[in-house]
Amino acid sequence: MTRLPAQLLIGAALSAVLLAAALISYLWTPYDVTALNIAAKLKPPSAEYLLGTDHFGRDLLSMLMEGGRISIAVAVLAVGIGMGAGVPLGLMAAANRGGWLDEVIMRGNDLIFAFPSLVIAILITATFGPSATNAIIAIGIFNIPVFARVARGGALTIWTREFIMAARVAGKGKARISIEHILPNIANLLIVQGTIQFSLGILAEAGLSYVGLGAQPPTASWGRMLADAQTMIYTTPRLAIAPGLAIVAMVLGLNLMGDGLRDLLDPRIRRARE
Amino acid sequence: MLRYLITRALSLGLSLVVASLVIFAMIEVIPGDPASFMLGLNAQPETVAALRDELGLNGSLVTRYLNWIGGLISGDFGISYTYRVPVAELVLERLQVSLPLALFALVLSTLIAIPVGMIAASRRGTGSDYTIMGVTQLGIAVPNFWFAMLLVLVFAVQLRWFSAGGFPGWDQGFGPGMKALTLPAIALALPQASILARVMRSSLLDVLHQDYMRTARAKGLSVAQATRRHALRNAFIPVLTIIGLQFSFLLAGAIIIENVFFLPGLGRLIFQAITQRDLVVVESVVMLLVFAVILVTFLVDVAYAVVDPRLRRRA
Repeated sequence: MTRLPAQLLIGAALSAVLLAAALISYLWTPYDVTALNIAAKLKPPSAEYLLGTDHFGRDLLSMLMEGGRISIAVAVLAVGIGMGAGVPLGLMAAANRGGWLDEVIMRGNDLIFAFPSLVIAILITATFGPSATNAIIAIGIFNIPVFARVARGGALTIWTREFIMAARVAGKGKARISIEHILPNIANLLIVQGTIQFSLGILAEAGLSYVGLGAQPPTASWGRMLADAQTMIYTTPRLAIAPGLAIVAMVLGLNLMGDGLRDLLDPRIRRARE
Repeated sequence: MLRYLITRALSLGLSLVVASLVIFAMIEVIPGDPASFMLGLNAQPETVAALRDELGLNGSLVTRYLNWIGGLISGDFGISYTYRVPVAELVLERLQVSLPLALFALVLSTLIAIPVGMIAASRRGTGSDYTIMGVTQLGIAVPNFWFAMLLVLVFAVQLRWFSAGGFPGWDQGFGPGMKALTLPAIALALPQASILARVMRSSLLDVLHQDYMRTARAKGLSVAQATRRHALRNAFIPVLTIIGLQFSFLLAGAIIIENVFFLPGLGRLIFQAITQRDLVVVESVVMLLVFAVILVTFLVDVAYAVVDPRLRRRA
């Protein structure tokens, strides 16, 4: 058994805590965030309100827990779109290496890569109306070429292996080989890439929500909370600092986890480091 | 080389055509009539009809698309509906903020990242390497607009060294203009510098283990000499690619930062246009940004083919 890389453990722990907080918010939050309590507005952190309250008297910790739901859900679903469409495309391209299908898929990929993703995401959400769903679609589209490329690259090396030859001799078709033999062997790569895109998705959602093109009020998300806090930054900087730290912790956790996973799953890198 | 240039130019052209179709289609997709969409619910039918006429909405889809593209090529971006001035004029005015901002951030990021990456690589495995890697890991995780808010909090609100936002205009002099762009440029540069420093480090580490480095040492060069003459030049290849990509990212990334600092750049223009439903501006500015990004990527590719003949063959 190899020792788990320290960054994997730290990263996993960080993201797990935030994920758990977001999940717990479905069952319980310290306070009800939909109830306004003007009497308790802008309370500094105390034993009663651990992180204090905002200008409507809502508990900041409860808001952060609930806000995490949308931020995480948007990023996860965007990764889902990217994997769901990108991996089959990448597998198809690899199975038909050098053929017209490969060419079409890869050129299509290059094309999406060439677009400035943020600008297009803004255009998409501006056109179809700002909402969490449209943010998911906008971020998800740009995940597709990433997964297609990773899947194709990984699959190409697997296709040259003997056991694939054996499977072909046994009469299995390209599609079946891709699903039964290639996919399990590139799962590692896809998981690592998934972690990285997850963290990029958190950042992208934060950016879109911050400019008002993501989740709409009253739904809270970390980016949304930052946008609301901006006007209060002179008087109550705490309101802007807390959601930002949540984003940083989540992204940092995911990135560390991704790096750690890659080290763990890719023996070549591990050897190079020793 | 010529063949390479032609294929690259063709794919550049194709990307632009597809990009323009996508953007055009998206504006077309907006439910209902763009003119009534722009004017809102309470508009008089005559006003809507007049605007339809002005926007050239009465032609067929193909005519409208061709008109738009033809206009873009000849520099006629249409007339902004809210500002009542040619979009080209608006864009040129706003570029005077966005372009210097992106360049400023790019220079900052490069100046920070390259030495930092080199230090980390040359002291691999030491405390300074770990510190640098840790800090850059953090830098990547920080959303730049949040970092911008923190900068405002510290340097504008607490220390009062800079103003919290706004732009005095270049006619107030170069100094005040640059001062207004300093905090935004730092905010934009941080994540970029973090990425670039990591690329610089790993690229230099790769190169240091190459055979030609051993040869250089064997023929009597010191480590510093061998690094300077042989390693750095090769290590810069991936670094330059990232810098090229970052420029276009910075131009697009400035959109959000401009909103934090209320800078009258392209980013704010897009957002104002979106909220005011000024579709002519949205369409043209987005197309222009896409064009800039695709063009920079193309130029970087070509520059590489000139520097490194191996890349020509690969394409």
